[in-house]
Amino acid sequence: MKRTLILTALIAFVGAAVTVDESQARRIKNKLVKSECGECHMAFQPSFLPAESWRIIMDDLENHFGDDASVDEKDAVAITNYLVKHAGRKRRRKKGQPPLRITKLRWFVREHNHEVSRRAKRRAGTMSNCTACHRGADKGYYDDD
Amino acid sequence: MKSWNGVSAVLAVLYLSFVLTPAPAAAGPAQDQILKHYQDLAGADVTFSADRGKEFFMAKHTGGKPKSPSCTSCHTKSPLKSGRTHANKKIAPMALSKTKDRYSELKKVKKWFRRNCRSVLGRECSPQEKGDFLVYMMGQ
Ligand code: HEC
Ligand code: HEC
Ligand code: HEC
Repeated sequence: MKRTLILTALIAFVGAAVTVDESQARRIKNKLVKSECGECHMAFQPSFLPAESWRIIMDDLENHFGDDASVDEKDAVAITNYLVKHAGRKRRRKKGQPPLRITKLRWFVREHNHEVSRRAKRRAGTMSNCTACHRGADKGYYDDD
Repeated sequence: MKSWNGVSAVLAVLYLSFVLTPAPAAAGPAQDQILKHYQDLAGADVTFSADRGKEFFMAKHTGGKPKSPSCTSCHTKSPLKSGRTHANKKIAPMALSKTKDRYSELKKVKKWFRRNCRSVLGRECSPQEKGDFLVYMMGQ
C-alpha cells in the first residue's frame, strides 16, 4: 500500500517535470487559430496553458490584456475547441484563478530570469514576444539560442 | 496664338484637377466593393472625405481603452510607415500604395473596425467615419 502511494507520487512528480520541459511545443495545425490568434502576437501553442485558462481567455476577448481581440461567434467556438483539445496539463498551484499568462508561469520565470540579457529584453519589448528571441517559436522550437 | 494659350491654360487646369483628385484611383475592384458597402450604409447623400478621414485618424479620442487613445497608437502618425501592436508585432503600413492587399476583404475590414473603434472610442464607428477613413487610406 505504502509502496503504491510512493510510486504514484513518483510518477506524478516525473510527469510534472516532463511537462515543464517545454523545449519543444507541438506546432499549431489549425489555420484559423494560427491566423486569428497570430495577428497581434505569435499564436501561442496551446500546450503552454491548461484548458481552463484557454476557456477564460476565449470568454472575454473584448477585454484581452488591454485590447479588443473579439472574433465572431462561429470562429470563437472553433478556436476554443482547438485550444482546449490541445491544452497542456493542469499544474499544481495555489488556490485562485487559473493562469492567464504563459510569461507569469513559474517555469517560464525560472527559465528566463537569469538567462535573458537586458538588451534582448529591450529589443523584444515584452516577454510575450517569443519570436524576437526564439526564431523557431511559431513552429514550436524554443531550444535554439 | 492667343486662343492657343487659352486652350493650353484650360488643358493645364483640367490636367491639374485630374491629378489632384484624391486617388482611390489606386483602389481596385475589391476596394471599390468595400467602399460601396459603406456607401450603401451611409446613404447616397453622404460624400466621404479624405480630409475628415485624416482628422479622425490623427485625433485623440476618449471613451476607449487606456492604451489606445488614437488610431495612431498602433498605426503611427504616418500611413506610409509600419506600426506596432501592443505585443510589439509589426503592422504593415495602412496606405494602400504601400500595402497592396489592404481593404480587400470585407470580413477582415469589419472585424478590425469593430475591434479598433471599440478600443479607441469605446463604440462602433459610424458608416461615414469608416468611409472617410477608407478614402483617406486608399488615397495615400
Ligand atoms: C487585437 C490584438 C490581439 C489579438 C487578435 C489576440 N491577442 Fe492575445 N494578446 C494581445 C496583447 C496586447 C497581449 C499582451 C501582451 C503583453 O503584455 O506582452 C496578449 C497576450 C496574450 C496571452 C498572454 C501572453 C503572456 O504574457 O504569456 C495569451 C495566452 C493570448 N494573448 C492568447 C490569445 C489568443 C488565444 C488569441 C486568439 C483568440 C489572441 N491572443 C489574439 C493582443 C491580441
Ligand atoms: C527576450 C528574449 C526572450 C523572450 C522574449 C522569450 N524567451 Fe524563452 N528563452 C530565452 C532565453 C535566453 C532562454 C534560455 C536559453 C535557452 O534555453 O534557449 C529561453 C528559454 C526558453 C525555454 C526553455 C528552452 C529549453 O531548451 O528548455 C522555453 C520553453 C521558452 N524560452 C519559451 C518561451 C516562450 C513561450 C516565450 C514567449 C511567450 C519566450 N520564451 C520568450 C529568451 C527569451
Ligand atoms: C491596439 C492597436 C491598434 C489600434 C489602436 C488601431 N488599430 Fe487598426 N489594426 C491593428 C492591427 C494589429 C491590424 C491588423 C494587422 C494588419 O492588417 O496588418 C489592424 C487593421 C486595421 C484595419 C484593417 C485593414 C485591412 O487591411 O483590411 C482597419 C480598417 C483599421 N485597422 C482601422 C483602424 C482605425 C480606424 C483605428 C482608430 C479608430 C485603428 N485601426 C486603431 C491595430 C490597431
